Amino acid sequence: MSLCENCGERDAVVHLTQIVDNTITTLNLCEPCAAEKGVETGTHAAKFPLGDFLASLGEGPGAASVTAAEADAACPSCGGSLRDFRQTGRLGCAECYRAFETQLRELLRRVHGNARHAGERYRGAGVSPQPAGHDARPGPGDTLPDLRERLRRAVEAEDFELAARLRDAIRGHE
Amino acid sequence: MIDLSLVPDGGLSWLDGSGPLSHIVLSTRIRLARNVAGVPFATRSTAADRHKVLGLVEAAWRASSFGRGSVRFLLDELEHDDRQLLHERHLISRELVGAPAERDGGSAAAVLLSGATGVMVNEEDHLRLLTVQSGFALTQAYAVLDQLDGALGSSVPFAFHPEFGYLTACPTNAGTGLRASVLIHLPGLVLTKEIAKVLQGLTQVGLTFRGLYGEGSEVVGNFFQLSNQTTLGKSESELLDHLGKIVRQVVAYEEQARQVLRRDAPNIIEDKVWRAYGLLRHARSLSFEEAMNLLSGVRLGVGLNLIPGVGVYTLNKLLMFTQPAHLAAGGASVAGDPEVRAARAAYVRRVLDEEAERRGA
Repeated sequence: MSLCENCGERDAVVHLTQIVDNTITTLNLCEPCAAEKGVETGTHAAKFPLGDFLASLGEGPGAASVTAAEADAACPSCGGSLRDFRQTGRLGCAECYRAFETQLRELLRRVHGNARHAGERYRGAGVSPQPAGHDARPGPGDTLPDLRERLRRAVEAEDFELAARLRDAIRGHE
Repeated sequence: MIDLSLVPDGGLSWLDGSGPLSHIVLSTRIRLARNVAGVPFATRSTAADRHKVLGLVEAAWRASSFGRGSVRFLLDELEHDDRQLLHERHLISRELVGAPAERDGGSAAAVLLSGATGVMVNEEDHLRLLTVQSGFALTQAYAVLDQLDGALGSSVPFAFHPEFGYLTACPTNAGTGLRASVLIHLPGLVLTKEIAKVLQGLTQVGLTFRGLYGEGSEVVGNFFQLSNQTTLGKSESELLDHLGKIVRQVVAYEEQARQVLRRDAPNIIEDKVWRAYGLLRHARSLSFEEAMNLLSGVRLGVGLNLIPGVGVYTLNKLLMFTQPAHLAAGGASVAGDPEVRAARAAYVRRVLDEEAERRGA
């Protein structure tokens, strides 16, 4: 391991790659020196990928607008709170997604630009694997919002045959 | 020291350079994040929870077609160097290289491997299904993982939400849980100083780039990993198509840049790549970074047909086996940095000499 290029005393653990004037430079720094330069360390950054959002959780008029009481409310399944999430960047269990559904929907929308899953739907254990992408035929278990979303995608993808089937399925629901 | 020869092909089949566009794209990796329904995630799980997860996943793995002839490594039982070795092969994440006590959730972390396809257990998520393929091969890579996902998910109950999709410890991975990364070599764009523009463009179309070892790692040897930034709101095929389209574009830019270099500065380029080759062939001490940069030069020379007699497989092998844990595993004395550098230079000389002899150069 090389020494920090700033202090020359500690091991360099942060490798800061910057692009300045079309040139890529890499600076090898120890954690304290990296922090001095205002760089989040790799481990820190990895644990807090949601940076700004988490910082705003429970504070001020952020879009999440989580009150102190909401931040401390515990997930009935694992006991974790939004405050814990803010500290670790990790949720405690799958049930947290239901317990904090409103706040997480907003977070997911901000992070991904969309909070509605459009990928394969899990068929459950004990069912033989049968992947169903967005281009699958509409089936009896499909919900109306799902069908509408898939119709939008089919039109976007100019898959008019599928779009027609989805439109019929939506009419059936309505 | 673990014996990686137990892993069919050592998880290294992708080094053969047989995949599409392998003169520019080294490898394609995909991972799918999954969690077991009803069991807390790593930060809230007990040792019993984690052992339960491992037991469930292992049973499903063994019953699947992937289980036959596969290998299991329990990370708690491995030395640091062994974990580092697996990481250098891109078979476990950097998080799992740390000692169990340093990791959130701690024990019962494992990796089950069938060649270059497998599943990490008890990392940040209960399961991280992964595969590495040679060259630019998003479709093949996803086909393999989709099969593994189906096989494991049909017996292990996965945490799934009708609106949010597959649920993950970090919401940045929710939905499809899919992260696809293409490891790509872009010396032409770096030398023509076009790279910043390309990388900025990537972030504007929802992709991200990283160094050789993923999140937080530095860019060395002009190797970049391009991957999707978001995992929710688009289907698996949409995510892969988008990444694939952009990678093809970046490859085209890189090829253009190489043509520009060859047209406008043929002597400079020829000198540069042969110098890189000469240094690798004769140096007595090489740092990892220097080796990566010189290998990048030689790879460019091979791509431009300036250096005959060096294969992509040899270059890929050098990239892999000059990493610290691989040198140590090869029996090199790694007592200190000077020894490691000397061992690296000796290894590179030996491989290039053998290659030259074989090809009569």
